[in-house]
Amino acid sequence: MEEADALKRTPLNGVHRALGARMVDFGGWEMPVQYSGILEEHRAVRSAVGLFDVSHMGEIEVRGPEALKLVQYAATNDASRLRVGQAQYSALLYEHGGFVDDILVHKVAEDHFFLCVNAANQEKDFEHIRSLNRWDCEVEFASPRYAQLALQGPRSQATLARLTRVDLSGIRYYWFTDGEVAGTPARIARTGYTGEDGFELYVAPEHAARLWRELMEAGAEFGIKPCGLGARNTLRLEAKMALYGHEIDATITPFEAGLGWIVKWEKGDFHGRAALEKQKAQGLRRTLAGFEMRGRGIARDGYEVLAGGVLAGWVTSGGPAPSLNKNIGLCYLPLEAAATGRTIHVVVRNQPVEAVIVPTPFYKRVKS
Amino acid sequence: MYPENFRYTKEHEWISLDGEIGTVGITDHAQKELGDIVYVDLPKVGSAVEKLKVLGSVESVKAVSEIFSPVSGEVVEVNTALAEAPEKLNQDPHGEAWLVKIKVRDPEEIKDLLSAVEYQQYIGA
Repeated sequence: MEEADALKRTPLNGVHRALGARMVDFGGWEMPVQYSGILEEHRAVRSAVGLFDVSHMGEIEVRGPEALKLVQYAATNDASRLRVGQAQYSALLYEHGGFVDDILVHKVAEDHFFLCVNAANQEKDFEHIRSLNRWDCEVEFASPRYAQLALQGPRSQATLARLTRVDLSGIRYYWFTDGEVAGTPARIARTGYTGEDGFELYVAPEHAARLWRELMEAGAEFGIKPCGLGARNTLRLEAKMALYGHEIDATITPFEAGLGWIVKWEKGDFHGRAALEKQKAQGLRRTLAGFEMRGRGIARDGYEVLAGGVLAGWVTSGGPAPSLNKNIGLCYLPLEAAATGRTIHVVVRNQPVEAVIVPTPFYKRVKS
Repeated sequence: MYPENFRYTKEHEWISLDGEIGTVGITDHAQKELGDIVYVDLPKVGSAVEKLKVLGSVESVKAVSEIFSPVSGEVVEVNTALAEAPEKLNQDPHGEAWLVKIKVRDPEEIKDLLSAVEYQQYIGA
């Protein structure tokens, strides 16, 4: 057994195995793809509550008197608008405007930002941010100090409330607070990757297994289910949330990905700005569009897309949408082919199958 | 779990032969490996199929998986109920959720397929 080839494991690996999860290699991490079944797990999150181990995600901390300057330069969104305890979706870009990664920026203190980044990109992100650090900030690769659990679904607040004295109803969407959950210090963020209400909890790895068990007990009366990466993917696709390596990568800019709202021009310079200005001036050539299958067949990642009978783009993510009873997908297309209502064809095993461009997100929760 | 009168492929299909008509399906092991099955693509009645060549496909939420024909012959019946209810493949893969019936060209072809005991050894059951 060669250590270099070994998959990385989260602190909950033993818990997943004991639950009979099917484990897969996800970007070098051995992760649960499903426990009871993707459809059942998906529905639990939409109707009640589900618990995900997302400890493979990375954490990077930026500290120092000029921490804001580094975050503002490295990421596209405007972190000066954040108040302490607030989070925002943002992006790290290459100089040419493509994505290094999409990230969450949390403002912990005036001189301290906590970044949540994608598992497979975390070392690259860390080196990238360090390379831009002209302000003598402390940039820490903090992933080993955190496990992350995502509690998602309409009953997530009721579940979590049983384990903490923190006033959860006071934490608004994309805000967070540091408190105790089941006696363990935790960063409690009202964020998620499912399109439902929910929380992401950052805790020390040694407490992760106990917290998992306590959350499962607390959610039992609501029908909580452990959920794997399979359901995480169907849930995020319905909500049209980007997945690195699919909708976004080094060759795609935020404008193409429909993420222009995380690029804030008025904040000043940022890495990749000149390339984005150029693209803005020249006009977009392609854009991310959502579609529903009309013919029989399921679009899958990488399938070709025809517009007017001609090869025009590719499917970035596709599959069944369990909440909608439809087969859906996202694809890159020339602007003119991407208008809502346009007919396209997805090539499924050499057969063009009809699909239609639809508005996104495919699924939007009804806010109570 | 794995009927003694079926023969099995290493690609996880089964065939049950009655005279010259073979009923074909996927195994319980296959449906478990696939997870929730959401789509089934089967050949038309009258199609010619070849042993261990692609017969159709099944798709789970996550992935596409090809189905291979255990024998050569001609498709004489297709389980059309599966188009509307592919989840039956998760519930009763050895019974109600058979896929196709094939008029077998050469019944000798099933002899080198696995017995129930051999198949269970093969999947480590």
